[in-house]
Amino acid sequence: MTRPRWSWPALLLLALLVWVVAYPLVLVALDAFRNGNGWTLEYVRAVFKRSSEISAIWNSLWISVASAAVAGLIGLPLAALFGLVDFPGRRVLGALIALPVVMPPLVGVVAFLFLFGESGFVARFVQAALRLDQPPWRLEGGWAILLVHAYAFYGYFYLLGRAGLAGVDRSLLEASAALGAGRWRTLTRVLLPLLRPTLVGATLLVFLSALASFSAPYIFGGNFRVMPTQIVSTRLNGDDGIAMVETVILTLMALAGLWLASRFEGSATLTGGSKGGAPIRRSPRSRAARVGVAAAAWLIAIGLLLPHATLLLLSFVPAGTWTIETLPPVYTLGNYGALLSEPERLGPLLNSSWMAVLATAAAMAVAVIAGLLVVRQKAAGGKAIQALLAVPWAVPGTVFAIALAAVFSVDRPLALRFILIGTPWLLPLAYLIRNLPLASRPVLAGFRGLDPALDEAGASLGAGRWRRLRRITLPLLAPALAAGATLSFATALGDFVTSIVLYTYDTRPISLEILSSLRQSDVGVAAALGMVLTVLAGGVFALGSERRAVSQ
Amino acid sequence: MNSETGGQGVRGADEFLRLEGLTKRFGSFAAVDGLSLQMTRGETLALLGPSGSGKSTTLRLLAGFEQPDAGRIIVDGQDLTRIPPAARRFGMVFQHYALFPHLDVGQNVAFGLESLGVRGGELTRRVAESLVLVDLAGFERRAIGALSGGQQQRVALARALAPEPRILLLDEPLSNLDPSLRERTRHEIRALVHRLGMTTIIVTHEQEEAFDLGDRIAVLRGGVLQQLGTPDELYSHPVNAFVAGFVGRISTIPAMVLSSSQHEIRLQVEGVEWRVAPSAGGGAALANGREVTLTLRPEALRIVAVANGCLAGIVTDRRFTGAQAFFKVRTARGTVLDVMAEPQATAVGQTVGLIPAEPGLHLFTLDGA
Repeated sequence: MTRPRWSWPALLLLALLVWVVAYPLVLVALDAFRNGNGWTLEYVRAVFKRSSEISAIWNSLWISVASAAVAGLIGLPLAALFGLVDFPGRRVLGALIALPVVMPPLVGVVAFLFLFGESGFVARFVQAALRLDQPPWRLEGGWAILLVHAYAFYGYFYLLGRAGLAGVDRSLLEASAALGAGRWRTLTRVLLPLLRPTLVGATLLVFLSALASFSAPYIFGGNFRVMPTQIVSTRLNGDDGIAMVETVILTLMALAGLWLASRFEGSATLTGGSKGGAPIRRSPRSRAARVGVAAAAWLIAIGLLLPHATLLLLSFVPAGTWTIETLPPVYTLGNYGALLSEPERLGPLLNSSWMAVLATAAAMAVAVIAGLLVVRQKAAGGKAIQALLAVPWAVPGTVFAIALAAVFSVDRPLALRFILIGTPWLLPLAYLIRNLPLASRPVLAGFRGLDPALDEAGASLGAGRWRRLRRITLPLLAPALAAGATLSFATALGDFVTSIVLYTYDTRPISLEILSSLRQSDVGVAAALGMVLTVLAGGVFALGSERRAVSQ
Repeated sequence: MNSETGGQGVRGADEFLRLEGLTKRFGSFAAVDGLSLQMTRGETLALLGPSGSGKSTTLRLLAGFEQPDAGRIIVDGQDLTRIPPAARRFGMVFQHYALFPHLDVGQNVAFGLESLGVRGGELTRRVAESLVLVDLAGFERRAIGALSGGQQQRVALARALAPEPRILLLDEPLSNLDPSLRERTRHEIRALVHRLGMTTIIVTHEQEEAFDLGDRIAVLRGGVLQQLGTPDELYSHPVNAFVAGFVGRISTIPAMVLSSSQHEIRLQVEGVEWRVAPSAGGGAALANGREVTLTLRPEALRIVAVANGCLAGIVTDRRFTGAQAFFKVRTARGTVLDVMAEPQATAVGQTVGLIPAEPGLHLFTLDGA
């Protein structure tokens, strides 16, 4: 047990992960520095000579940093409100305002467009109220992207912040008070340091998400380019070498963020000390304060859910019926009917569903096998397996899309490269890779939380390996499995960033159908597709959390 | 419901802390119900009771983490009831220590001193002194996670003592230690608080701990103070069967008063007549024919040969503890009595007679009073 031993299953898993995760990235890195004739710096020079490339790098950087700052400014006060204060409706509202995080990125962007875009509700109201000839603004450029990011990502600060607050032992705050510290000193010297890993983690998460964000810059960017959109457009222009260099730069930016965060995260000893204890939530003293807080929370929640409501409303608007009116005049179920009756519309729904199911099942299988090997058996190579499972979390989706497209576009079986591009199998593979960290993180944590004595007890009672896995390990892991599977499925179902690089017409997913509906000004169908995605993702999440609640 | 002998303790000049009718309700449930008591400076009081008895709530009211619904807390003539915890200058050792995991040992101990504005060389010196007190000299830069449970406990004590609190509050301070460490730490805490002359209140559910640490003990049940007194008083003169059972081992057997006089009380116990000293009744007037509960310490019964006037029973168990052994004796009606006797007094399976011996024998009426 103490000394890691090499085992065939661990070696096989490691080899598989190297092949699908590390190998494509290494090939991209190499392709950035070679052309048909051999090694070259020609592409690197070309990138740094163009001002458009430099500004894309700069744009990506400031947007990502600013997104983290703004998301924190929105998410943390909300976490404090819902985590520290008790008021009527706290549970329901607290769950509702986490919804934007669940919404697939493209759907959120489209909902924002319908609400705040130049022909969206808010602009129309303002135009009508002020009797303007033109829409009052255009939602475009860096600020528009930042606004969408703030909305899409505040949930990370909110959810992690609430989890962090829930994990704070009340007696630590009481100890601080008993030692004579006032509120301010307790906040700055005790609570914030205790929450530091949470804060750093949420900042990193938003930074990486914003850096990898594709939907918002793609829809709202206009001429304002960030690295992911720049890479895709470079590749469309056929400058593959330059696209590889850009991909390497984007990866390095993500790794730099990861490195910086690890410097600031603080020591791991924070988990020591005392645990449990009563929640630190308090009810406001006076009735007026309670009512006031509840009212404020309702207003905030309604404001944050407006984009969802917009999407729902527009999904009932038939094409061509809404022109200059402030509110759409006609509402029918026709758009939903079209989704079911028209094969072109139904196809993407079915495509996304089977690809997401396949990718999720495969990712869960990998995660469980990794848990058995790495945590249970402590097999040699465990650290490498865990690292490879985590890599797709930090590396932007565009990078993996480009890398997979490069690897699987030639037929060289000896180099383990096959032609998958243009086949239905490349997208599920891409989804699987992107799902690996989402599936394995909760599952590995679940394995670590299992008391090994339970498996040993099963063995002493005569249960074989399979029966123990089926009757003991997997049921105990149910909450972790539910968390990993729902996260994976929802992500794959709504994926846009890798799909736009790797899709074929026959296997085009929902996100691309939304995009083409938008292009054809088929707003109602786009909204209906967005609603279907949101409901599917939200429903799966609800099922997952119910599963978790039941098993706890 | 205070005992006559234990008394409310002190009044007047010696009084340092006074609780007046302290009450805390959670919904309709009164966790602490009208608790009143006094303490002198330098005294150690143990709050003893089973879980749910209100002892921890009392401590949290004292520390200021909970607000009482009624009653007052007065320390040194000052009403602290509405003073926030940070301004009370009480030291508290939490059950799970609540050491700040992101600060090292020295920073933890310095935390309360910094609240008082202590800085620089004086801070360093006083942190070092506090660590010397708990035998952890030179541990300033250690991480909390790198300490053993016993060391964490001592850091928590040093942290609480460093700002020289007016009162030290200890919440089940030994419950997280190994049994082997528990007794040693208990002696260390006792020696330390006596040496410092620290007014101390300790919450515990273990009678041995309370007896060892407390100058006086307050026994709580359901939020109500049952009895306040020295360990000797509680053991020898419990005010009710609950206190008798909670402080030390007892057996109970129903009995009926045949007659009582100034010289003796005659009881009918399972068809046998026993005569006991009037002190067993606590001086209460016991009417003839009154049904009572007789509580018996193991040393209050003597094993004799079966004869008239003694209660017969079969020895069902023997637990050897060294100089003495504990026997379980089952009577004909199925009552099981614990009896302490010499190890060779009898053996399992034998039929023996039991007669009462003073002291350790108490009569309580059935309503528990």
